[in-house]
Amino acid sequence: MTFVKPAFRHPDAPLNELGRSRKDYEGGLSTLCAGCGHDSVSAAIIDACFELNIEPHKVAKLSGIGCSSKTPAYFLSGSHSFNSVHGRMPSVATGANLANRDLIYIGISGDGDTASIGLGQFAHVVRRNLNMTYIVENNGCYGLTKGQDSATMDTGSPNKKGDINMYSPIDLARLAIEIGATFVGRSFSGDKQQLIPLIKAAISHRGFALLDVVSPCVTFNNHSESTKSYEYMRGANTDMPVDFVPMRQEITATYDSGATCEVCMHDGSVVRLYKQDNDYDIEDRQSALEATSHYAKEGKILTGLLYIQRDSEELHDVLDTARRPLNSMNEQQLCPGPRFLDSINAGLR
Amino acid sequence: MQAKQSVNDFVIKFANVNGTGSASANSMFAKAIFRMGIPVSPRNIFPSNIQGMPTWYEVRVSQDGYLGRRGGIDIMVCVNPQSIKRDVAEVESGGYFVYDSTKPLDLRLIRDDVNYFGIPFTDICLREYTDARQRLLFKNVIYVGALSALLNIDFNVLKDLVADQFKGKEKLITPNIYALELGYQYAVTHFDCPIGIHLERGHKLAKHIEDFDNILMDGNTAAALGAVYAGATVAAWYPITPSTSVVDAFDKYCRRLRIDPGTGKKNYAIIQAEDELSALGMVIGANWNGARAFTATSGPGVSLMSEFLGLAYFAEVPTVLIDVQRAGPSTGMPTRTQQSDVLMAAYASHGDTKHVLLFPATPAECFSMTVEAFDLAERLQTPIIIMSDLDLGMNEWMSPPLEFDADFKYDRGKVLSAADLDNMEERFGRYKDVDGDGIPYRTYPGVHPDKGAYFTRGTSRDEYAAYTEDGDEYVRNMDRLLRKFETAKSLVPEPKIKQSEMETRYGAVFFGTTASPAYEAIEILEKEGIDLDTMRIRSFPFNHEVEQFIKEHDRIFVIEQNRDGQMRRLMLNETSVPAKEKLIPILEYNGLPVTARKIAGMIRNYVTHGNVTPLTRRTAAEEITA
Repeated sequence: MTFVKPAFRHPDAPLNELGRSRKDYEGGLSTLCAGCGHDSVSAAIIDACFELNIEPHKVAKLSGIGCSSKTPAYFLSGSHSFNSVHGRMPSVATGANLANRDLIYIGISGDGDTASIGLGQFAHVVRRNLNMTYIVENNGCYGLTKGQDSATMDTGSPNKKGDINMYSPIDLARLAIEIGATFVGRSFSGDKQQLIPLIKAAISHRGFALLDVVSPCVTFNNHSESTKSYEYMRGANTDMPVDFVPMRQEITATYDSGATCEVCMHDGSVVRLYKQDNDYDIEDRQSALEATSHYAKEGKILTGLLYIQRDSEELHDVLDTARRPLNSMNEQQLCPGPRFLDSINAGLR
Repeated sequence: MQAKQSVNDFVIKFANVNGTGSASANSMFAKAIFRMGIPVSPRNIFPSNIQGMPTWYEVRVSQDGYLGRRGGIDIMVCVNPQSIKRDVAEVESGGYFVYDSTKPLDLRLIRDDVNYFGIPFTDICLREYTDARQRLLFKNVIYVGALSALLNIDFNVLKDLVADQFKGKEKLITPNIYALELGYQYAVTHFDCPIGIHLERGHKLAKHIEDFDNILMDGNTAAALGAVYAGATVAAWYPITPSTSVVDAFDKYCRRLRIDPGTGKKNYAIIQAEDELSALGMVIGANWNGARAFTATSGPGVSLMSEFLGLAYFAEVPTVLIDVQRAGPSTGMPTRTQQSDVLMAAYASHGDTKHVLLFPATPAECFSMTVEAFDLAERLQTPIIIMSDLDLGMNEWMSPPLEFDADFKYDRGKVLSAADLDNMEERFGRYKDVDGDGIPYRTYPGVHPDKGAYFTRGTSRDEYAAYTEDGDEYVRNMDRLLRKFETAKSLVPEPKIKQSEMETRYGAVFFGTTASPAYEAIEILEKEGIDLDTMRIRSFPFNHEVEQFIKEHDRIFVIEQNRDGQMRRLMLNETSVPAKEKLIPILEYNGLPVTARKIAGMIRNYVTHGNVTPLTRRTAAEEITA
């Protein structure tokens, strides 16, 4: 394994509308295990940001603790990043977002970080509909502490030692739909075709967007009986292909139009879904919950955009905060000055 | 029988049932005395309960301007039969006992050294009002009316206060004044008014109050105003007594002062978080992103915030935390005061951490120190913890008026702008000690398209914020943090030192709400020939003056409201003077604000007997209930 990232890039590498190449969206060399699903997710984030013509410095990356939470170092090195404490990324993201609503917030977490130690903060950031993209790199185990079961591990699924998990799993996507998330997608780190447009749609969504991405742990949870392995996912994944058309781009049909469904998002971009037999209304919570549980009963995992509420009030709308970022205000806007204090003093005499 | 005689100098206590509206009547009583130009300090002694439990309100009236608790009760106003036994017992010999005489008093409650004033409050209410709620509420107003006759409170002042209180609800003014008159009339008809202990306007100028340009305000409201003035835009919090009113007041002032005149939108954001961990996480996130943000909590909240405090310390994110201390450990006595978070706050979190602490002693300092805390947090890029307590935060204190300099500019600390980054020749290193003061430069997210981005983390990193497990890099960074803490010594508020008139080798050290009763105790002792220099500590880390004070004295009484002498331990730990034998702990930790008499007693005991025996004598009240 090499420890130096090659600096060479093809001179004819394509540029996006900002004149930046994909390289401008990369980060440091990953220190994760070779073949880790998380690296594919990082690559998909790089592609999504490059294709969306996002200025890297307008992104803030946030994470908790764990293998997944290390990954913000491996993409968008031109962005500020905050690797916080275990399970507490949502609160740091909330504060950061309140301070400056003009940045794009991408949170990276894992199944331990979100479904166990951070379940409380996760639930509340969903409830508040914070405008951010929240990606869970879900591998059903604790990688950094060497393979313990996590709360998303399916019942009956054995770990590497052969112990069968007897506890019931937390399905983060279903939980998020239940408690008010306005964008919930599920994907597989090995399915770039689906993951990149989903990330693009999540970033374009105004409000809280969860992407629960099954991302196999090659070291501790990639054996044939694991429900979070590459092999299992390739067999059980019932994917609902997704395409994302940014605002201003012409929508051209690639599939038979009868099988597609186009969802126009808040900013004018369009998510195009290629429906198969899973014909349900993704703008209806109940319908989304029923569809996911229907596939789960059959031992399958439904991936794609599971639920979307296109127009919702994100946290700043609810709080009715100023359009201008709070961190850009100075004494003039914020300090009432000594004269008001005189009136306060007078009222206390 | 001996009846106490005094003018403008007494302690009166009200025994009420909580949730019956007594608080606003009691507060009107205290404010009336304040408006007569007589120094007053009221204190709520309340249960952790919403309705039906005994609650007390103790008012110290002191012409000399002593604002701490004195100790002892001269007048008891008893409107709660539940606590009457202990309330009678608590009155000092020669004192007065005002009670509801609708039912005859149990003969066992009659002491021959106390003067009884029976007023049939319940009867009067039954006669005057038909509505049950009115009967309950006006009883409070009636006893205030009776006291105005007994104690010689200016009735017009009371009338003005009623008018102020019901501004906007004018139809309530007349019935309230009528209720005051009912009490007043009953008292003047049945008793010789005023009684031996009473008030006189303009008696003489208060010794400790230079002019009477004072305000009456609680510390939590003052701290909240400080946050408004300091430009805090984000507040995240979780409800906990006794800190809740900080964010309540911040909200109230923001609704008035922070609405954009053009758009009607809010130039602030307040989030009631799911717990204290999240509250501090939000504060850290907002500060990291360049907004001024704070939280307010109490001991249990600080415990939960410890992990994040360590992150803010190590990742160097400005953070302002107001700790309104209460009696611990665990849930402890949630509605009682203490100064028992000192050590936890100083060292909160695992690993080698130290935090900057500020110790306000008055509402004016709650205001000014909160303003200062935001500057310090950004200047030092570290958490600043304001150590208030329940007594200061939730009680109304006479205080000099709040002041704010019209030319005051926020010190946002070492923050590089896009232009700064463009003009820089060297590579930006987030954790590089460029100026030698241990404080590095930071950038806000989104500042520049190509420069200034860095990775904030709680893991070890090099000067350029890159992850490292290199021991030398780690040590360099930890040592720089220590250097930064040294820099803090020159920035934090200096202690207030007062030399005794007589030369002495004895000193007393105290902080926060212990200051008022301590200053009074020092004067009591001075009259007995025990002279003490005093030092009121206002911040941690301790600077040179603190060390000097310890060096210059042979014996120093460290007066504080906790069991373990936490400030004393911090002084031993964090100063270079060997002082273990010198520092004598003077401690009170029963949850009620320490009294001047108790402090004086403990120091006197030490000085005369060479040791300190806490006064564990049981009060008469405890004997009766036992």
